[in-house]
Amino acid sequence: MSAFLDIIASAGLWAAVLRIATPLIFGTLGALLSERSGVLNLGIEGIMTFGAMIGWLAVFNGADLWTGMLVAALSGALFGLVHAAMTVSLGLSQHVTGLGITLFASSLSYYIFRLAVPLASTPPTVTPFQPISVPGLSDLPFIGPALFTQTLPTYLSIVIALLLAYIVYRTPLGLALRMSGENPHAAEAQGVDPIKVRYGAIMAGSALMAMGGAFLTLSAFNSFFPTMVQGRGWICIALVVFASWRPGRALFGALLFAFFDAFQLRLQTVLGNVPYQIFLMMPYILSIAALAVMARRARVPQALMQPYRRGER
Amino acid sequence: MRLERREHRPLLLVVLSPILAVVAALAIAGILIAAAGAPVLEAYGRILTGAFGTRLAATETLTRATPLMLTGLAAAVAFRARLWNIGAEGQFYLGAIMVAALGSSVLSSLPGPVLIPLLFAAGAIAGMALMLVPLWLRLRFSVDEVVTSLLLNFVAVLFVSMMIDGPLKDPLAFGWPQSMPVAEHALLPKLIERSRLHIGLVVAIVAALLVYLLQARTVFGLQSRAAGLNPEGAVFAGVPLGRTLVKVACLSGGLAGLAGAIEVMGVKSYVTTDLSPGYGYAGIIVAMLANLNPIGVIAAALFTATMFVGADGMSRAMGIPTYIADVTVALSLLTMLVAIFFTQYRIRR
Repeated sequence: MSAFLDIIASAGLWAAVLRIATPLIFGTLGALLSERSGVLNLGIEGIMTFGAMIGWLAVFNGADLWTGMLVAALSGALFGLVHAAMTVSLGLSQHVTGLGITLFASSLSYYIFRLAVPLASTPPTVTPFQPISVPGLSDLPFIGPALFTQTLPTYLSIVIALLLAYIVYRTPLGLALRMSGENPHAAEAQGVDPIKVRYGAIMAGSALMAMGGAFLTLSAFNSFFPTMVQGRGWICIALVVFASWRPGRALFGALLFAFFDAFQLRLQTVLGNVPYQIFLMMPYILSIAALAVMARRARVPQALMQPYRRGER
Repeated sequence: MRLERREHRPLLLVVLSPILAVVAALAIAGILIAAAGAPVLEAYGRILTGAFGTRLAATETLTRATPLMLTGLAAAVAFRARLWNIGAEGQFYLGAIMVAALGSSVLSSLPGPVLIPLLFAAGAIAGMALMLVPLWLRLRFSVDEVVTSLLLNFVAVLFVSMMIDGPLKDPLAFGWPQSMPVAEHALLPKLIERSRLHIGLVVAIVAALLVYLLQARTVFGLQSRAAGLNPEGAVFAGVPLGRTLVKVACLSGGLAGLAGAIEVMGVKSYVTTDLSPGYGYAGIIVAMLANLNPIGVIAAALFTATMFVGADGMSRAMGIPTYIADVTVALSLLTMLVAIFFTQYRIRR
């Protein structure tokens, strides 16, 4: 029992929680934004992979770290544009299109990476984002090392979550977004163009997803390798349901999830005789459990996965 | 410019749509090959010779097409009923590890003609069991099965990793994590001498024909189609929706599990965590390229296998990363979706 308490009382755990949560916060917010407008984007896993690759590659070729993040975001928006053209303009199956985008974006990432970086026994690295110290706060005992030793993108992800919560509930833009996801016909009658809103939401959401991927290669690690996203995209899709499509709860859900993940990582060293695969399974099983608990309670955007065609019911 | 629903789907367009989709995908992939500084047409030529140029290459392509046919069928039967089984990869691995477990156990004292069908069934049951989890979650808790079946893929591969690192680990594998091999007489007979091609190909083709008959000629086929086209209407017309979906899930998961079983018994004889280079996910593409038609799955699986095997040879000769095959195949899924759309709609000014 004391081993459990030791883990929770270590500042390293809480620092890890924020670090693990960051890509999930980006990804979950991106998926949430898209779904709030009425479109599921299962391209997330591939878009995160592509963001991780292209952001890293930009920095590897001499760009600075924020340019890398920007390049990743733009690439994400481009994949979002493809998804929007197929699901919004043509009204194709959001499930199959999204999976297609994931398969395409991830294989394209590997192709470009292999072309740009010849096979080597040790993967090349870049200098990643460094933890920044917040004057005053970082020197506080326990709280300092636990919460204020992160890199800038982590703080950015939290700011974006709060900003998105404000936009969704407190601005005309947010109202247009929610109307497009709840009842696009009514939105149209109010002078909102649901098609434009959906294009914008999918592209902005995909940009966030790609930034989550880029965080992996530019802050959490310093190199790119295939399959490094490891299902984080799918976990984000589950977290959106867990969060009941609310940005604030998405932030909370990602942090809670990251807490369990950071906790199990440390538990592995305590419970040495349990196969490590059991611990690695936990995030996926936890996501499935969260879905089972929340699926019926969550308030789904009413027009989610329904294509909108002007003048057609 | 606007889109207008066609009154009739022109047959010629429906038949041509997969071909147009593949041509479009190859054209886009051509840009990527050109970007790598290689002559595009020569690269395509080398893909073809790489896949069919020699006797060995051709048998290798057919060997690779076998699991793709089965995972393609798994996706096709499920998608037709709008059951989004994206978990074929995990079901494939569970089928494979089940066969490795039983095929190296006391059961292996059974004679081959008894043991082989038994292992087929065991692999299929393992796949079924895994697919019933997301279905149960959907029916009981209204959870979208796309995400749950996807997440279970990771769980299944980790489970396999645990097994081949633990109870099923081959002590003679110099510490490598791989399962014990199945008994010699549980291995599938070769179709052609001095090649890896095994009778699994025949099993896969027969499975495609059986699924076709099942869908075209039986009440179950009608019910699963109705469940996909209009679930509420199907219930209203007396289709037992839940029961139909359970059958569909068993068929779909079973086919994916069988694919894993056959891959072990036909090619590898043991299980590692890289047994499948994404056969489960590629099955989705195969099913869509076939427009969910079981007979079409055979052709679509051949195309996909051609790309994969051909790209290996092309890559070695021209220095283009083999991932070009994955890119092309994934692109053909997207272009196929658009092609299907234009069999249903036309552009009007």
